[in-house]
Amino acid sequence: MAHSGPMTDWRKARLPVIAFLAPATIIYTLFMIYPLVDSIRLSFYATPSGGEAAFVGLDNYRTVLADPDWAATFWNSFWNNMKFFAVHMLIQNPIGIALAGILSLPRLRFRNSYRTMMIMPTMLSVVIVGFIWQLILSPVWGVGADLLDIIGLKSLFGPWLGKEGSALITLSFISVWQWVGIPLMLIYAALLAIPDDLVDAAVVDGATHFEVFWHIKLPLVFPTVAMVSILTFVGNFNAFDLIYAVKGALAGPNFATDIMGTLFYRTFFGYQLQLGNPHLGATVASLMFLIILAGVLFYLFAVQRRLSRYQL
Amino acid sequence: MSNKVLAKGLAGALAASVALVPMMASAGELVIESWRNDDIDIWNDKIIPAFNEQHPDIKVSFTPTPPTEYNASVNAKLAGGTAGDLITCRPFDASLELYKQGNLTALDDLKGMDNFSDVAKSAWQTDDGSATFCLPMASVIHGFIYNKEAFEEVGVEVPQTSEEFYAALDKIKEEGSYIPMAMGTADQWEAATMGFQNIGPNHWKGEAGRKALIDGSAKFTDKPYVDTFTELATWKNYLPDGYEAISYPDAQNLFTLGRAAVYPAGSWDISLFNNQADFAFGAFPPPAPAGSDTCYISDHTDIALGLNAKSDNAAEAKIFLEWMTGSEFAELYSNELPGFFSLSKHNVEITDPVANEFVSWRQECESTIRNSYQILSRGAPNLENELWNLSAQVINGTISPTDAGAAAEAGLAKWYAPHQ
Repeated sequence: MAHSGPMTDWRKARLPVIAFLAPATIIYTLFMIYPLVDSIRLSFYATPSGGEAAFVGLDNYRTVLADPDWAATFWNSFWNNMKFFAVHMLIQNPIGIALAGILSLPRLRFRNSYRTMMIMPTMLSVVIVGFIWQLILSPVWGVGADLLDIIGLKSLFGPWLGKEGSALITLSFISVWQWVGIPLMLIYAALLAIPDDLVDAAVVDGATHFEVFWHIKLPLVFPTVAMVSILTFVGNFNAFDLIYAVKGALAGPNFATDIMGTLFYRTFFGYQLQLGNPHLGATVASLMFLIILAGVLFYLFAVQRRLSRYQL
Repeated sequence: MSNKVLAKGLAGALAASVALVPMMASAGELVIESWRNDDIDIWNDKIIPAFNEQHPDIKVSFTPTPPTEYNASVNAKLAGGTAGDLITCRPFDASLELYKQGNLTALDDLKGMDNFSDVAKSAWQTDDGSATFCLPMASVIHGFIYNKEAFEEVGVEVPQTSEEFYAALDKIKEEGSYIPMAMGTADQWEAATMGFQNIGPNHWKGEAGRKALIDGSAKFTDKPYVDTFTELATWKNYLPDGYEAISYPDAQNLFTLGRAAVYPAGSWDISLFNNQADFAFGAFPPPAPAGSDTCYISDHTDIALGLNAKSDNAAEAKIFLEWMTGSEFAELYSNELPGFFSLSKHNVEITDPVANEFVSWRQECESTIRNSYQILSRGAPNLENELWNLSAQVINGTISPTDAGAAAEAGLAKWYAPHQ
């Protein structure tokens, strides 16, 4: 034992290393990598009615992207998804940052109560959130119209969830209301990690709370903001549940709320008299994967490398 | 030591649970897949006990899925080999495709199959009629349910013609204490099913028009279809404020709370209204324009039961299906579920007055089924889904009736040769 060098140590360690890595590798391969690869494989096949699945190369992709009806549906859902994402980026994340900034102010009373209330909606089930907001905004039973009446704006009330122009925006706002707790929590945690002496030094130099936030805290939490953005992007392009819970898989009116998740569901599983088509469904899923991959790669190469990090 | 005991315990529990799983599913228990989750109590408390009186050794369990998820879930379960023994069949292509894929067994030689007419069986047969793969259960009829007290209060009569119908709605609107018609377009399907397919048969002359669409001699751009959309477009004057965001349950509640006078109905709504409405209500068929000599109703073959080809309990399942062809089941089903009318030839006495009213129209009017169901929803874009979207848009006023007809025709022409 006394003569054993580092080589032998590594050999001895090899078995434990493999043993520790194996469970995660096996589970990840079995439940993540294999289904992903297999659904991409599925998208290269087609099943004629009553026949066997046959390899068709890129035909399914040609159908989805080049057939006028399919392409219109696909790009409609893509642009709706972009709008859904834009509302989250422009409304949810700034509000999350602002609320985190306010929560991290020194000498704020009822801090814990505010924090709990703001994070509460995030813990609710999407189905419940959809149901609550449908009730609030219902033109028949909703309190929405009455609340607007109190401030004299009842004339502005409309069946927002049922109009082509407003349904998607309304659903985006509902989603923002539910999920604003996530950026809030992550950025709040990052703000708490900033040492007090930096803030104290700035205050001694005569900076106001806002200046401290804008010039000192915000630049220090930019890496977290960037991470929140990419999480928002991935989450939004995988979204499905809220739209399905409120508008169903036909995502009406006139597909105004159709996003890629609902398009995938309709295509893969079918809807009412429309039979499911697993191959075209897998094609839509693979395209969703490629879009998300492109977004994440853009983030990794164009954004993350340019972020400056500070050693605190 | 304690770790070993724990490990042994865990292994034992695992082995026990593995051993228990097949035991629970065995012993000839029949599982029925269905989308009728509203009916679970009637199956569990009435139908299955009635069956068990004759066949006490066959256990049956009714496991419904919500209607909008049913097709997707049952297709996935059949593909994965985990579906129940008896599969509730949607009419026409959805089930035909299941049969073609080998998921359903042909039932032509089932005893009692001759208790059903050819029309009843047509929704669950191959195109050439050579094989029947589901046992017809019931049809549903469309019409309008009205609040009798509201009609009396406002002073309108039950309309006989479409002119009288819209005059009555105008009068109710003017009087102001009731919403003339309770419906919304948020869920889209009511606009097509309770709107387009309800009033349409009077325009396209029932079966004649439906068959003309299938053989290509009629098009959605023809007058009867554009007229149907045009009539539908006038409905927005009578619907509640914000109808664009009113869902199907909202509309049901508006009617049962007594806030609306007329409700465009499917006969399946009757049992819910019986439970919830505390006022007298009646029904009238979709009124035809004055001077028409025949009236047409949508008497839609809606529900049937098929046998999973991979069922381990096929023998027991056939006993259950044979029992379902008898008069006892027809009687039970039609009366426990008022509004679902047995498709068998047995003479069934219906006790519910409103359901009886619905079924009496079969004598006065010509029956037809929804025109998008047979053959025409086979391709992409799917005609039924298109009609949902277009009917809702016509009522919302975001598309003109002419454009709606053109859009439906363009969708059909894309894949259906007789329309190209």
